[in-house]
Parts: sequence; structure tokens; C-alpha cells
Amino acid sequence: MVLYSLTFYLFSSVAVLSALMVISAKNPVHSVLFLILSFVNASGLFVLLGAEFLAMILVVVYVGAVAVLFLFVVMMLDINFVKLREGFLQYLPFGALLGIVLVIELGILFLTDRSSNIYNNQTPLQPIVSEVENTKMIGQILYTEYFYLFQICGIILLVAMIGSITLTLRDKGGVKRQNIDSQNTVDASTAIEKKKVKIGEGI
Amino acid sequence: MNYDLLITGLIIVAQILAVVVPVLISVAFLVYAERKVLALIQLRRGPNIVGPFGILQSFADALKLITKENIIPSGSNKIVFILAPIITMVLSLAGWAVIPFAPGWVVSDINVGIMYLFAVSSLGVYGIIMAGWASNSQYPFLGALRSAAQMVSYEVSIGFVIITVLLCVGSLNLSKIVLAQQTVWFAIPLLPMFIIFFISALAETNRLPFDLPEDESTLVAGFFTEYSSASFVLFFLGEYASMILMSSMTVILFLGGWLPPFDVYPLNVVPGVIWFTVKVIFILFLFIWVRGTFPRYRYDQLMRLGWKVFLPFSLFWVVATSGFLVYFDMLPN
Repeated sequence: MVLYSLTFYLFSSVAVLSALMVISAKNPVHSVLFLILSFVNASGLFVLLGAEFLAMILVVVYVGAVAVLFLFVVMMLDINFVKLREGFLQYLPFGALLGIVLVIELGILFLTDRSSNIYNNQTPLQPIVSEVENTKMIGQILYTEYFYLFQICGIILLVAMIGSITLTLRDKGGVKRQNIDSQNTVDASTAIEKKKVKIGEGI
Repeated sequence: MNYDLLITGLIIVAQILAVVVPVLISVAFLVYAERKVLALIQLRRGPNIVGPFGILQSFADALKLITKENIIPSGSNKIVFILAPIITMVLSLAGWAVIPFAPGWVVSDINVGIMYLFAVSSLGVYGIIMAGWASNSQYPFLGALRSAAQMVSYEVSIGFVIITVLLCVGSLNLSKIVLAQQTVWFAIPLLPMFIIFFISALAETNRLPFDLPEDESTLVAGFFTEYSSASFVLFFLGEYASMILMSSMTVILFLGGWLPPFDVYPLNVVPGVIWFTVKVIFILFLFIWVRGTFPRYRYDQLMRLGWKVFLPFSLFWVVATSGFLVYFDMLPN
């Protein structure tokens, strides 16, 4: 149990510290790298909770795909650091307001009686020990009780995907594209043309 | 002082060493084997000076590289520059924690083993991106950008291949995936998926014909152009260790892991770890064979293959496999 708490404090403290570094690092690429570190530690916390499937999904989706593209974009942007710092005082009240609202919400959550949870009577924040793998448990609840919501999520993602493709896709004229089928179907009769050239003249 | 905790800790360290040391030694011999096989393909003799048949060549090379000066470019982002090779190396070794070499021979037999492997292999791109960016130089940066796009593209089809296998197994545990192949190896019913997985594994490990991130004919050495000495060794070791890791993943998913080809007398007395090693060596030979025979892809061809050929095809196979399993009521419980 000592080991368990030690790992918990390790993961959570690194996660909080790296989250702090995300907003305070001077270099935006460093910010993204700290964000990734924070994600990885969050997935470590999921493992400690016994939710290993969620932990792995967090790493695969957020760290392995989303953050890669994020890093990709941030690396290529030419960011003016001085200009970035300029609006700091201007945005400070707004940011502080958001932070205060979040703290109040968390406080309300802590102060309310947790046994009157709207979902069921299970106390949250407790790993559920059972023989069924939690991958199966998620599948059983996601594809039965929340089936329609799950499908709607899928459709929303599809709409967003098609929308972003149509926004960025533009057909510029004059782009040469490789047509592999037409290349493969070339034979001597279509590739070579015989011409009679008159002596002393070109084609 | 709690002695139980100490003993548990020592056992964990011993287990890690028992996996990592053989992996590193096999990396050395893989490099030697690659050079020998390429030499045979090109009618040369290959390394034949250091040790009998040149077998100690990789150790000599490693020693030479480590004793050289480690150069850190002055314009580079130093911390990220040093971290990048370390991350590559650590990630390529981290995946071995869940690989079952034989029944029960596994450091950590977790329920989501295949997801863990997938996650670790998708993290491999960070070492390359960080190296390319931190070098603060054009060629490494281009290599990093190519690698980021390439690995994200091929991960998608690898994901679908894994889903197809999981549909036939009903578990994410690697040992259970192997045991599900007792009647028939998945390479036979899922042959197209096996081929897609193998080609995607080539792309995922940045091997020829998809080694565009380090494409020496256009990018000098790609993302590790600025690296020298020990940090270069770490990249090199990391690349080959992840090659062996991907081969083991292929063996576990499609070639029945530690299982013998047929469960008959002379074959089933051979220990499982030997079958596993033989199969991994076979896949690694395919990796080297491909390197020796295929020309490098152009970048737009690589992207076309990933998104327009593999992705629709693997998606179709996921649907077809699940439809087949549901229709004939063969879904595993």
C-alpha cells in the first residue's frame, strides 16, 4: 500500500507540475512537450485506478496522435514570443475568473454528499475489483445502455471530419498527379508512336 | 527496512535485466546479420575481419562510436537534443515488458497487452520529432516532419489490423492471443491483414522502402544528421530494438507466438521460446530481404499507399471479419 501511495504521489505531482509548465514555459514547443508529459502521467493515474483500458486509450489517442499533430503545427509556426507576452495583463482578469469558477465548482462537488450520486449508489473514486476485464465492461455498457449516444458521437465526429476536409480541400489547376492505373496499363502500342521522318527534316 | 519490498524490487530488476540484456545482444547480432545478408544479396563478403567470420563487428563498431566525442551543436535546444535519443531507446525497450516469450515467460501479463504495445510503438515518433526540432537544422527538421506524418498514417491501418485479430480472439491479453491460435495461426485465415501489418511495420520502424525520415539520398541522414557518438548509438540501438519488437508483435499476432507449427511429437517437445525466436528471426530476415531488394518510395506514393490503399482495405476487412464471425456465430466469448 505504501508503494501504491508513493506511485500515486509521483504521477500526480509530475502531472500537476508539468501542467504548470505548460502555461509558464517560454517556448511553445516545450509547452507541448510538457503537455505530453502531463498526459502520460494522467494515464499512469488511470492505471492506478484499475482503468487500464482508459489509460492505454489516453496514450494512443492523445499522446500518440493528437499531440503529434499538435507538436507538428507548433513546430512549424513562426511565433513571435515578445508579442505573445504582450496581452498577458489584459487577459489576466478573464483567466482568473475562469480559475475561480472552476475552484468553486470543485468545492461544491467536494462538499455535497457523494452517496446521492445521480448515476447510482456506488461511491466514486474507488477502483471496482471484479473478474471481468474493464475493456469488456466498457463495451458492455457502451454498446447497450449508451448505444444511441455513442452513435451520435460518431456522427458528430464524421461531420467535423468532412467539414474540415471540405474547408481545406481546394483543387488548384496544373497539379500533376500520378495515376498508377494508367501507368500500369501502358504497353508498347500506347507508349511508342512510330513516325516516318523525312531525311533532312525534324519532326 | 521491509525485506519483502526489497526482495520484490530485486526480482523486478532481475526480470527487467533478463529481458533487456538478451534484446541488446540480439540487436548487436541483428546488425551483423543485416550486413551479412545484404552482402550476400549484393555478392560481397560483408564484415569478416573482427572475430571469426566477423561476428564481433557490431561490438567493435559500438566501442568505436562510444569512444568518440559527443558533439552538441551550439544552436541546438540542448535538453531536448539530449532527451530525444534517450526517449527513442527507452520506448523501444519498454514494449518488451508485455511480450510473452513462452507460456508464463512474461514480465507483466497485463490485460491490455496489445494496447500497451500499440501505445508504445506510437510514442516512438516523439524521439524522432524531438531530435529533428532540437537540432535546429534543415535536414533533421524535414526528416522529423516526414516521420510525424508517416507514422501517424500507418498507425491507423495497424490499429485496424489489430482490431481484426482481436475480433477473432476476444481478449487484449497477448498470451490469450497466442493461445487462440492453437487450431490455426491467424496468418492463414487473415493473410491479407498479415501482409498489411508487415508492410505497416516497415513504415512504423522507418525501414526501407519507407525510410524517408532518414533518406540519405535527399536528407543526408534525416533526423539524426547532427547526432554523433553515444547519442547516435542510442538512436541506432533504438531503431533495431523496435524492429525486433515489431517482429515479435507480428509473430504474436499472426504466427502463433511460441506455438509449434503442428502439435505433433518431434515438434511439440521443442521449448516454446525456441519457436518464438525462430519465427522472430524469420520476420527479421524478411525485413532485411525487403531492404536489399526494394527501391525507396517517393513521399506522395507512401501517403497514397497508407491512406488510399491500406486504410480502406483494412477497414473493409474489419467489417467483413466481424460480419463473418457474427453470421456463423463464431464470436469468441
